[in-house]
Amino acid sequence: MLSGRGTSRPAGHGDRVSIPVLEVQGLRKSFGDLVAVNDVSFILPPAGSLAIVGESGSGKTTIARMIVGLERATGGQIAACGNDRSRPARSARDRRRRGREVQIVFQDPYTSLDPRQNARQAIEEILRLHLSLSAEQRHSRVDELVDLVGLDDRQARALPGALSGGQRQRVAIARALAAEPRVLILDESVAALDVSIQAQVLNLLADIRDRTGVSYVLISHDLAVVRQLTEDTIVLHRGCVVERGKTAAILDDPQDEYTRLLRASVPYPGWKPMRRRSPEVQKEAVER
Amino acid sequence: MTDTLLEVRGLTVRLPVGGELRPVLRDVSLSLQAGESLGLVGESGSGKSMTARAIDRLLPSGAQVGGRITFDGVDVGGLSGAALRRYRQQVAMVFQDPRAHVNPVRRVGDFLTEALTSNFGVADGPARKQALDMLEQVGIDHPDRRMRQYPHELSGGMLQRVMIASALLTKPRLLLADEPTTALDVTTQAEVMAILNELRAQFGLAMIFITHDLELAAAVCDRTAVMYAGQVVEMQESEQLHEDPLHPYTAALAGARPDINRTAERLIAIPGRPLSAFEAPLDQCAFTSRCPFVADVCRSALPPLLHISTGDSRCFRAEELRGRLATVIA
Repeated sequence: MLSGRGTSRPAGHGDRVSIPVLEVQGLRKSFGDLVAVNDVSFILPPAGSLAIVGESGSGKTTIARMIVGLERATGGQIAACGNDRSRPARSARDRRRRGREVQIVFQDPYTSLDPRQNARQAIEEILRLHLSLSAEQRHSRVDELVDLVGLDDRQARALPGALSGGQRQRVAIARALAAEPRVLILDESVAALDVSIQAQVLNLLADIRDRTGVSYVLISHDLAVVRQLTEDTIVLHRGCVVERGKTAAILDDPQDEYTRLLRASVPYPGWKPMRRRSPEVQKEAVER
Repeated sequence: MTDTLLEVRGLTVRLPVGGELRPVLRDVSLSLQAGESLGLVGESGSGKSMTARAIDRLLPSGAQVGGRITFDGVDVGGLSGAALRRYRQQVAMVFQDPRAHVNPVRRVGDFLTEALTSNFGVADGPARKQALDMLEQVGIDHPDRRMRQYPHELSGGMLQRVMIASALLTKPRLLLADEPTTALDVTTQAEVMAILNELRAQFGLAMIFITHDLELAAAVCDRTAVMYAGQVVEMQESEQLHEDPLHPYTAALAGARPDINRTAERLIAIPGRPLSAFEAPLDQCAFTSRCPFVADVCRSALPPLLHISTGDSRCFRAEELRGRLATVIA
C-alpha cells in the first residue's frame, strides 16, 4: 500500500542496508552499429554518492536514461531497491513504484519544468500521484520541500518564467524529492549554473543527503564538482568503464591513460595547454 | 605608450527594454597592448559579452553608448561604412556556440573564403590555398575534405577550430573570444586553448578572452579583469589576482568554486544571486548585498576603480583588507 509508506521515510534505511539502492550489471546499449554503452556495472549503496565521469559521447547520459526508463537497454540488468527495471514497466502501478525509487534532475532548468505550473503546483502534483496524503498533509509537505531547497514563498508561487536558472533548478530538485526517491540522478544538474549559485546548490545537495539518506548518481564532466559531491567514481570512455574507485584516489592518482588526460586538461593558474596529436585523436577525426 | 592597441575609457551602454533604457555597462575602462591577452571574467549579466560587443560595434540597435573606444588611436565610435568594415577585419570575434554563427547550408570552404574573396579581393584559388593552410594550423586533418563538408558534419570542437581559422584568415590584430571553449569537452578545450596560444604568438595577436572560469582565465591570460553588475571591479596580472585578490567579489568567486584537489566540508557560497547592471544601486557599491566585508563606507557612495600597488580595485576597503581576502579562498 502506498499509504503505508507515507512520509515517514527520511534516513530510515536500516532494514534495507544490505540491498543496494541501485545495481547495474553488464549494461549495454547499441544504436544500430554504434555501441553507446558497453558492459557497464556498478553498485550504489543507500546514502551513497557515485559519479559517472566522461566527455560527450561517452555514454553517461544514455546510462541515466536507461535507469529511469527513457531508453531501453540492449543488454544487462538494472535493479533499484532489489526490483528489476531492465524491461519497461508493465502497469501504471509498476511505473509509479519505479518513480518512487529513482528520480532524475536534468541539466537545463529552462526546459525541464512545465511553464504553466508554479513550484508549489509542480510539487503537489507529484505528492498527489505518489502518496496518499490529506490536503492538509500535502500542503505542509509542500512547505517542507520548498523550505528544504531554499525557495521563499514568492518564488514558490511564481511560474518558471519568472525564476532564475538557479531557482528553477531548486524547483526541479524539490519536485524530484517529492516522490521520496531512494536515488536521485543528477544529470549535469549544476553545470549550467553561475559559479556563486552552483556553490549554493552543491551545499544544498550535500545537506539533503545528510537529512534524507537519499543516494546520488552524479553525471558530470566537471571533476571539481565530482570531488565535492561524490565518494565513488567510474570513468567512462566511449561507452566503456576505463577506471573505477574512490573519487579522491582517482583524482589524486589516476591510473588509466584517459583519466590522466582528463585530469591534466583541467586548467589552473600556470597551466600550459598541450596540443596532442595522438594516433587515437587522429583516428577519431577521420571517423567523423 | 605607443603600442597601446585598444583603449576603452568610461564605456557606458544602455539598452532599450520595454520602453525604457536599462544600463548594461557602467563606466568600463580597460586597455590592451599589442599581442597582450586580457581575461574578462564574470557571472551571467555581469556585462562581459556586452563589453566585447561594444568593442566590435555589434550592439543591438537602439543601444545608447557613452565613453570612448580607441583602436590604434582611432575613435571606433565614429567609424561607418568601409572604415567600419576595415576595423572589423582587424578585430575578429569567436563565439561560444559556433553552430549559431555559421550558415548551416554553406560548405566550410565557402564560409572560410568568403571574407577573403569579397572584402580583400583575393582570387578564388589563392583564397582556397590560404583557407587550407589555416585549417592545418588549427589542427584539422584532411583539410581538403573538410572544405567540402557542411557544418553539421563536424563535431563541436572541430567546428570551433573552423571558426578560429575563419577569424584568423583576415589577419586581425585583436581577437575577441567570447567563451569559445565553454561548450567543449575539457580535453578539447585544452587542445583549442593550445592552438589559440600558438597562433597568438605566431601572429602577434592580442586577445580579450571572455569566460566565467577564473582558473581558465588565470591559465591563459596575462591580465584578468573581473566584472560584476556591469562594472570592472578588479583588474590585475592573472597570477597576482589569484594569489592576492583586491576585491571581495574576486575572492568570493574563487572560494565558491569547488576544488579538484580536495573536498570542502562546505563550499563558501556567496549568498543571494549575481545582480545585473540595471538592478545595481547607483549610490553605493554593487556588491554590498552579498559582501562578507561590507561596512558603512561601502554604502556611502559608488566606489571608483582605484589603483592599488599591483592592480585596480573598485572596493573602498581594498587597502585595509589586503591579504585577508585570500584567506577567504583558502
